[in-house]
Amino acid sequence: MIGYALTFGFFAVCLALMLNLWRLVQGPTLMDRVLAVDTMMINAIALIILYGIQQQTTLYFEAALLLAMFGFISTVAYCRFVLRGDVIE
Amino acid sequence: MAFWLELVISLLIVVGGCFVIVGSVGLVKLPDLMSRLHAPTKATTLGVGGALVASMLYFWGIEGKVSIHEVLITAFLFLTAPVTAHFVAKAYLHQHPEKKPELPPTGRPYGWSTYDAPPDSTAGQAGDVEAEKKD
Amino acid sequence: MADKRHKRTFWERWLPHPLMTLTLVLLWMLLLNSFTVGGLVMGLILGVVIPIITSSFWPERPPIRAYGKALSFMLLVAWDVVVANVIVARLILFHPPESLKTRWVTVPLDLKSPEAITVLAGTISMTPGTVSSDLSADGRSLLVHCLDAPDAEEAVMQMKTRYEARLKEIFP
Repeated sequence: MIGYALTFGFFAVCLALMLNLWRLVQGPTLMDRVLAVDTMMINAIALIILYGIQQQTTLYFEAALLLAMFGFISTVAYCRFVLRGDVIE
Repeated sequence: MAFWLELVISLLIVVGGCFVIVGSVGLVKLPDLMSRLHAPTKATTLGVGGALVASMLYFWGIEGKVSIHEVLITAFLFLTAPVTAHFVAKAYLHQHPEKKPELPPTGRPYGWSTYDAPPDSTAGQAGDVEAEKKD
Repeated sequence: MADKRHKRTFWERWLPHPLMTLTLVLLWMLLLNSFTVGGLVMGLILGVVIPIITSSFWPERPPIRAYGKALSFMLLVAWDVVVANVIVARLILFHPPESLKTRWVTVPLDLKSPEAITVLAGTISMTPGTVSSDLSADGRSLLVHCLDAPDAEEAVMQMKTRYEARLKEIFP
Protein backbone atom coordinates (compact mmCIF):
# COMPACT_ATOMS: atom_id res chain seq x y z
CA MET A 1 0.00 0.00 0.00
CA ILE A 2 2.86 2.32 0.80
CA GLY A 3 4.14 1.62 -2.71
CA TYR A 4 0.98 3.04 -4.29
CA ALA A 5 1.05 6.03 -1.95
CA LEU A 6 4.68 6.66 -2.90
CA THR A 7 3.85 6.50 -6.60
CA PHE A 8 1.15 9.09 -6.05
CA GLY A 9 3.56 11.18 -3.97
CA PHE A 10 6.22 11.13 -6.71
CA PHE A 11 3.62 12.06 -9.29
CA ALA A 12 2.33 14.94 -7.15
CA VAL A 13 5.76 16.39 -6.45
CA CYS A 14 6.87 16.10 -10.08
CA LEU A 15 3.69 17.82 -11.27
CA ALA A 16 4.29 20.55 -8.69
CA LEU A 17 7.86 20.97 -9.95
CA MET A 18 6.62 21.31 -13.54
CA LEU A 19 4.12 23.99 -12.44
CA ASN A 20 6.89 25.84 -10.60
CA LEU A 21 9.07 25.64 -13.68
CA TRP A 22 6.25 27.19 -15.70
CA ARG A 23 6.09 30.08 -13.22
CA LEU A 24 9.88 30.40 -13.30
CA VAL A 25 9.89 30.77 -17.09
CA GLN A 26 6.71 32.83 -17.30
CA GLY A 27 7.00 35.00 -14.17
CA PRO A 28 6.27 38.61 -15.09
CA THR A 29 8.37 40.06 -12.27
CA LEU A 30 11.76 39.16 -10.85
CA MET A 31 10.31 38.30 -7.44
CA ASP A 32 7.93 35.79 -9.05
CA ARG A 33 10.98 33.91 -10.28
CA VAL A 34 12.65 34.05 -6.87
CA LEU A 35 9.46 32.71 -5.28
CA ALA A 36 9.25 29.94 -7.90
CA VAL A 37 12.83 28.83 -7.20
CA ASP A 38 12.17 28.89 -3.46
CA THR A 39 9.09 26.69 -3.90
CA MET A 40 11.05 24.35 -6.19
CA MET A 41 13.64 23.91 -3.45
CA ILE A 42 10.95 22.96 -0.91
CA ASN A 43 9.38 20.52 -3.38
CA ALA A 44 12.78 18.99 -4.12
CA ILE A 45 13.16 18.35 -0.37
CA ALA A 46 9.83 16.48 -0.43
CA LEU A 47 11.06 14.45 -3.43
CA ILE A 48 14.28 13.46 -1.63
CA ILE A 49 12.39 12.43 1.52
CA LEU A 50 10.00 10.27 -0.52
CA TYR A 51 12.96 8.70 -2.36
CA GLY A 52 14.54 7.93 1.01
CA ILE A 53 11.36 6.10 2.08
CA GLN A 54 11.30 4.13 -1.19
CA GLN A 55 14.96 3.11 -0.91
CA GLN A 56 14.55 2.37 2.83
CA THR A 57 17.60 4.41 3.75
CA THR A 58 18.18 7.52 5.85
CA LEU A 59 21.31 8.38 3.84
CA TYR A 60 19.53 11.06 1.84
CA PHE A 61 18.43 12.94 4.93
CA GLU A 62 21.58 15.09 5.01
CA ALA A 63 21.04 16.03 1.36
CA ALA A 64 17.52 17.21 2.22
CA LEU A 65 18.78 19.25 5.17
CA LEU A 66 21.50 20.88 3.06
CA LEU A 67 19.00 21.67 0.33
CA ALA A 68 16.68 23.29 2.88
CA MET A 69 19.52 25.49 4.11
CA PHE A 70 20.76 26.43 0.65
CA GLY A 71 17.24 27.23 -0.52
CA PHE A 72 16.66 29.58 2.40
CA ILE A 73 20.08 31.25 2.23
CA SER A 74 19.92 31.80 -1.54
CA THR A 75 16.42 33.30 -1.38
CA VAL A 76 17.37 35.63 1.46
CA ALA A 77 20.63 36.61 -0.23
CA TYR A 78 18.83 37.43 -3.46
CA CYS A 79 16.13 39.48 -1.70
CA ARG A 80 18.77 41.31 0.26
CA PHE A 81 20.64 42.03 -2.95
CA VAL A 82 17.47 43.50 -4.44
CA LEU A 83 16.77 45.55 -1.30
CA ARG A 84 20.26 46.85 -0.58
CA GLY A 85 22.30 46.27 -3.72
CA ASP A 86 24.74 44.31 -1.60
CA VAL A 87 24.62 40.97 0.22
CA ILE A 88 27.14 41.51 3.02
CA GLU A 89 27.71 45.05 4.19
CA MET B 1 4.76 -3.67 9.90
CA ALA B 2 1.30 -3.33 11.36
CA PHE B 3 -1.53 -2.63 8.94
CA TRP B 4 -2.71 0.53 10.72
CA LEU B 5 0.81 1.98 10.62
CA GLU B 6 1.00 1.39 6.86
CA LEU B 7 -2.40 3.03 6.51
CA VAL B 8 -1.34 6.11 8.46
CA ILE B 9 1.94 6.43 6.51
CA SER B 10 0.16 6.10 3.15
CA LEU B 11 -2.44 8.65 4.21
CA LEU B 12 0.24 11.11 5.27
CA ILE B 13 2.12 10.73 1.97
CA VAL B 14 -1.07 11.21 -0.07
CA VAL B 15 -2.22 14.24 1.96
CA GLY B 16 1.27 15.75 1.76
CA GLY B 17 1.33 15.22 -2.01
CA CYS B 18 -2.07 16.91 -2.35
CA PHE B 19 -0.86 19.96 -0.41
CA VAL B 20 2.32 20.18 -2.50
CA ILE B 21 0.19 20.20 -5.68
CA VAL B 22 -2.22 22.79 -4.25
CA GLY B 23 0.64 25.10 -3.32
CA SER B 24 2.09 24.97 -6.81
CA VAL B 25 -1.32 25.31 -8.50
CA GLY B 26 -1.84 28.45 -6.43
CA LEU B 27 1.53 29.72 -7.57
CA VAL B 28 0.38 29.37 -11.18
CA LYS B 29 -3.28 30.32 -10.84
CA LEU B 30 -3.39 33.41 -8.60
CA PRO B 31 -3.26 36.76 -10.35
CA ASP B 32 -0.50 38.84 -8.72
CA LEU B 33 2.65 38.27 -6.69
CA MET B 34 1.26 39.24 -3.29
CA SER B 35 -1.53 36.66 -3.50
CA ARG B 36 0.81 34.10 -5.05
CA LEU B 37 2.99 34.49 -1.98
CA HIS B 38 0.25 32.91 0.17
CA ALA B 39 0.16 29.61 -1.72
CA PRO B 40 3.70 28.20 -1.34
CA THR B 41 4.44 29.51 2.16
CA LYS B 42 1.38 27.76 3.57
CA ALA B 43 0.52 24.77 1.46
CA THR B 44 4.04 23.57 0.81
CA THR B 45 5.25 23.58 4.41
CA LEU B 46 2.43 21.20 5.36
CA GLY B 47 3.13 19.11 2.24
CA VAL B 48 6.76 18.60 3.21
CA GLY B 49 5.69 18.23 6.85
CA GLY B 50 3.40 15.32 5.88
CA ALA B 51 6.22 13.58 3.99
CA LEU B 52 8.61 14.08 6.91
CA VAL B 53 6.20 12.65 9.50
CA ALA B 54 5.55 9.72 7.15
CA SER B 55 9.29 9.09 6.88
CA MET B 56 9.63 9.28 10.67
CA LEU B 57 6.86 6.69 11.20
CA TYR B 58 8.17 4.47 8.39
CA PHE B 59 11.69 4.13 9.81
CA TRP B 60 10.17 3.59 13.24
CA GLY B 61 8.10 0.79 11.70
CA ILE B 62 10.89 -1.05 9.85
CA GLU B 63 13.83 -0.49 12.24
CA GLY B 64 11.99 -0.39 15.55
CA LYS B 65 13.88 2.68 16.76
CA VAL B 66 12.63 6.23 16.60
CA SER B 67 14.18 8.33 13.86
CA ILE B 68 13.77 11.88 15.07
CA HIS B 69 16.12 13.90 12.92
CA GLU B 70 13.25 14.63 10.52
CA VAL B 71 12.07 17.04 13.23
CA LEU B 72 15.08 19.19 12.33
CA ILE B 73 13.95 19.81 8.74
CA THR B 74 10.36 20.43 9.84
CA ALA B 75 11.45 22.96 12.46
CA PHE B 76 13.84 24.61 10.00
CA LEU B 77 11.14 24.96 7.35
CA PHE B 78 8.62 26.35 9.85
CA LEU B 79 11.14 28.93 11.05
CA THR B 80 12.33 30.01 7.61
CA ALA B 81 9.04 30.11 5.65
CA PRO B 82 7.78 33.38 7.26
CA VAL B 83 11.22 35.01 6.90
CA THR B 84 11.32 34.14 3.19
CA ALA B 85 7.77 35.43 2.67
CA HIS B 86 8.55 38.70 4.47
CA PHE B 87 11.72 39.19 2.43
CA VAL B 88 10.03 38.48 -0.90
CA ALA B 89 7.17 40.88 -0.07
CA LYS B 90 9.60 43.60 1.00
CA ALA B 91 11.79 43.19 -2.08
CA TYR B 92 8.67 43.28 -4.27
CA LEU B 93 7.49 46.54 -2.69
CA HIS B 94 11.00 47.94 -3.08
CA GLN B 95 11.07 47.06 -6.77
CA HIS B 96 7.60 48.46 -7.48
CA PRO B 97 7.37 51.99 -6.05
CA GLU B 98 4.11 52.46 -8.00
CA LYS B 99 2.43 50.23 -5.36
CA LYS B 100 2.97 52.88 -2.70
CA PRO B 101 -0.42 54.67 -3.12
CA GLU B 102 -2.25 51.32 -2.75
CA LEU B 103 -0.90 50.74 0.76
CA PRO B 104 -3.04 51.78 3.74
CA PRO B 105 -1.79 54.56 6.04
CA THR B 106 0.43 53.41 8.90
CA GLY B 107 -1.59 55.22 11.55
CA ARG B 108 1.71 56.70 12.69
CA PRO B 109 3.54 59.93 11.81
CA TYR B 110 5.99 57.93 9.66
CA GLY B 111 5.49 55.93 6.46
CA TRP B 112 6.33 52.27 5.68
CA SER B 113 9.98 51.43 6.21
CA THR B 114 10.58 50.21 2.64
CA TYR B 115 9.89 53.73 1.34
CA ASP B 116 10.61 55.99 4.34
CA ALA B 117 13.74 56.32 6.43
CA PRO B 118 13.41 55.63 10.16
CA PRO B 119 12.74 58.81 12.17
CA ASP B 120 16.01 58.94 14.03
CA SER B 121 18.58 56.18 13.82
CA THR B 122 19.98 57.00 17.26
CA ALA B 123 16.55 56.70 18.87
CA GLY B 124 17.00 52.95 19.14
CA GLN B 125 13.60 51.28 18.97
CA ALA B 126 12.80 51.48 15.24
CA GLY B 127 16.40 50.92 14.20
CA ASP B 128 16.62 47.85 16.38
CA VAL B 129 13.42 46.41 14.96
CA GLU B 130 14.62 46.90 11.42
CA ALA B 131 17.97 45.32 12.19
CA GLU B 132 16.11 42.37 13.69
CA LYS B 133 14.00 41.99 10.54
CA LYS B 134 16.93 42.11 8.17
CA ASP B 135 19.55 40.00 9.89
CA MET C 1 26.48 46.55 25.03
CA ALA C 2 26.47 46.13 28.77
CA ASP C 3 28.24 48.54 31.03
CA LYS C 4 31.94 47.71 31.04
CA ARG C 5 32.27 48.35 34.79
CA HIS C 6 29.52 45.82 35.54
CA LYS C 7 31.24 42.86 37.12
CA ARG C 8 30.04 39.64 35.55
CA THR C 9 29.37 36.66 37.74
CA PHE C 10 30.78 33.22 37.02
CA TRP C 11 27.58 32.04 35.33
CA GLU C 12 27.25 35.17 33.22
CA ARG C 13 30.82 34.71 32.08
CA TRP C 14 30.83 31.01 31.18
CA LEU C 15 27.14 30.20 30.59
CA PRO C 16 25.66 33.41 29.16
CA HIS C 17 22.63 31.78 27.52
CA PRO C 18 21.45 28.57 29.25
CA LEU C 19 18.49 28.25 26.88
CA MET C 20 20.74 28.50 23.83
CA THR C 21 23.08 25.87 25.30
CA LEU C 22 20.11 23.57 25.78
CA THR C 23 18.91 24.19 22.20
CA LEU C 24 22.36 23.50 20.76
CA VAL C 25 22.74 20.22 22.67
CA LEU C 26 19.28 19.16 21.52
CA LEU C 27 20.08 20.10 17.90
CA TRP C 28 23.32 18.12 18.01
CA MET C 29 21.55 15.06 19.40
CA LEU C 30 18.86 15.33 16.70
CA LEU C 31 21.51 15.61 14.01
CA LEU C 32 23.28 12.47 15.27
CA ASN C 33 19.94 10.63 15.39
CA SER C 34 21.17 8.19 18.05
CA PHE C 35 22.00 8.54 21.70
CA THR C 36 25.65 7.94 22.67
CA VAL C 37 27.59 9.33 25.61
CA GLY C 38 30.34 10.57 23.29
CA GLY C 39 27.77 12.45 21.23
CA LEU C 40 26.29 14.01 24.34
CA VAL C 41 29.73 15.18 25.52
CA MET C 42 30.50 16.67 22.10
CA GLY C 43 27.09 18.37 22.12
CA LEU C 44 27.74 19.81 25.58
CA ILE C 45 31.14 21.14 24.48
CA LEU C 46 29.55 22.81 21.43
CA GLY C 47 26.67 24.08 23.56
CA VAL C 48 29.05 25.78 25.99
CA VAL C 49 31.63 27.08 23.51
CA ILE C 50 29.33 28.52 20.82
CA PRO C 51 27.36 30.90 23.16
CA ILE C 52 30.67 32.18 24.62
CA ILE C 53 32.22 32.82 21.19
CA THR C 54 29.10 34.52 19.81
CA SER C 55 28.10 36.32 23.02
CA SER C 56 28.94 39.73 21.56
CA PHE C 57 26.11 39.24 19.01
CA TRP C 58 23.47 38.87 21.75
CA PRO C 59 24.44 40.97 24.74
CA GLU C 60 21.10 40.39 26.47
CA ARG C 61 18.98 37.35 27.15
CA PRO C 62 15.61 37.18 25.36
CA PRO C 63 12.97 38.71 27.64
CA ILE C 64 10.77 35.60 27.86
CA ARG C 65 9.02 35.29 31.22
CA ALA C 66 6.31 32.65 30.94
CA TYR C 67 7.73 29.45 29.44
CA GLY C 68 4.50 27.47 29.95
CA LYS C 69 2.52 30.10 28.06
CA ALA C 70 5.17 30.09 25.31
CA LEU C 71 4.67 26.34 24.91
CA SER C 72 0.87 26.62 24.75
CA PHE C 73 1.27 29.47 22.25
CA MET C 74 3.41 27.21 20.04
CA LEU C 75 0.76 24.47 20.16
CA LEU C 76 -1.94 27.01 19.27
CA VAL C 77 0.13 28.22 16.29
CA ALA C 78 0.79 24.64 15.15
CA TRP C 79 -2.94 23.94 15.15
CA ASP C 80 -3.66 27.22 13.34
CA VAL C 81 -1.08 26.37 10.68
CA VAL C 82 -2.96 23.15 9.86
CA VAL C 83 -6.29 25.03 9.72
CA ALA C 84 -4.66 27.75 7.61
CA ASN C 85 -3.46 25.19 5.11
CA VAL C 86 -6.94 23.76 4.63
CA ILE C 87 -8.50 27.23 4.31
CA VAL C 88 -5.92 28.44 1.79
CA ALA C 89 -6.16 25.18 -0.19
CA ARG C 90 -9.94 25.62 -0.43
CA LEU C 91 -9.57 29.24 -1.51
CA ILE C 92 -7.07 28.29 -4.21
CA LEU C 93 -8.99 25.32 -5.60
CA PHE C 94 -12.65 26.31 -5.41
CA HIS C 95 -12.74 30.10 -5.66
CA PRO C 96 -12.13 31.91 -8.94
CA PRO C 97 -9.23 34.34 -8.36
CA GLU C 98 -11.43 37.33 -9.22
CA SER C 99 -13.82 36.66 -6.33
CA LEU C 100 -11.06 36.79 -3.69
CA LYS C 101 -11.09 40.02 -1.69
CA THR C 102 -7.35 40.59 -1.36
CA ARG C 103 -6.45 43.69 0.60
CA TRP C 104 -3.76 45.34 2.70
CA VAL C 105 -4.45 45.98 6.36
CA THR C 106 -2.50 47.88 9.00
CA VAL C 107 -2.05 46.24 12.39
CA PRO C 108 -1.11 48.76 15.09
CA LEU C 109 1.34 47.13 17.50
CA ASP C 110 1.20 47.27 21.29
CA LEU C 111 4.30 45.08 21.55
CA LYS C 112 7.59 46.90 22.10
CA SER C 113 10.47 44.43 22.05
CA PRO C 114 11.92 43.48 18.63
CA GLU C 115 11.82 39.77 19.51
CA ALA C 116 8.10 39.90 20.24
CA ILE C 117 7.37 41.80 17.01
CA THR C 118 9.42 39.27 15.03
CA VAL C 119 7.49 36.36 16.56
CA LEU C 120 4.17 38.10 15.85
CA ALA C 121 5.14 38.80 12.22
CA GLY C 122 6.23 35.17 11.75
CA THR C 123 3.03 33.87 13.31
CA ILE C 124 0.90 36.09 11.07
CA SER C 125 2.78 34.86 8.00
CA MET C 126 2.16 31.22 8.91
CA THR C 127 -1.58 31.49 9.67
CA PRO C 128 -4.84 31.82 7.67
CA GLY C 129 -4.36 33.74 4.43
CA THR C 130 -2.19 36.52 5.85
CA VAL C 131 1.42 37.52 5.11
CA SER C 132 3.23 40.25 7.04
CA SER C 133 4.96 42.43 4.47
CA ASP C 134 6.43 45.53 6.04
CA LEU C 135 6.89 47.52 9.19
CA SER C 136 6.26 51.24 9.62
CA ALA C 137 9.44 53.32 9.78
CA ASP C 138 9.14 53.78 13.54
CA GLY C 139 8.44 50.08 14.08
CA ARG C 140 5.01 50.55 15.66
CA SER C 141 2.64 49.11 13.05
CA LEU C 142 2.71 46.11 10.74
CA LEU C 143 1.60 45.92 7.11
CA VAL C 144 -0.28 42.67 6.46
CA HIS C 145 -1.56 41.34 3.15
CA CYS C 146 -4.77 39.29 3.37
CA LEU C 147 -5.68 36.75 0.69
CA ASP C 148 -9.40 36.86 1.45
CA ALA C 149 -10.70 39.38 3.98
CA PRO C 150 -14.25 40.66 3.46
CA ASP C 151 -13.96 42.78 6.63
CA ALA C 152 -10.63 44.45 7.36
CA GLU C 153 -11.56 45.52 10.91
CA GLU C 154 -12.46 41.99 11.89
CA ALA C 155 -9.23 40.53 10.49
CA VAL C 156 -7.14 43.03 12.46
CA MET C 157 -9.12 42.40 15.63
CA GLN C 158 -8.65 38.64 15.28
CA MET C 159 -4.87 38.95 14.90
CA LYS C 160 -4.67 41.28 17.90
CA THR C 161 -6.79 39.22 20.25
CA ARG C 162 -5.62 35.77 19.17
CA TYR C 163 -1.85 36.29 18.93
CA GLU C 164 -0.77 39.69 20.18
CA ALA C 165 -2.60 39.43 23.52
CA ARG C 166 -0.90 36.10 24.20
CA LEU C 167 2.51 37.39 23.14
CA LYS C 168 2.11 40.36 25.47
CA GLU C 169 1.95 37.91 28.38
CA ILE C 170 5.01 35.98 27.16
CA PHE C 171 7.17 39.06 26.46
CA PRO C 172 6.29 41.56 29.18
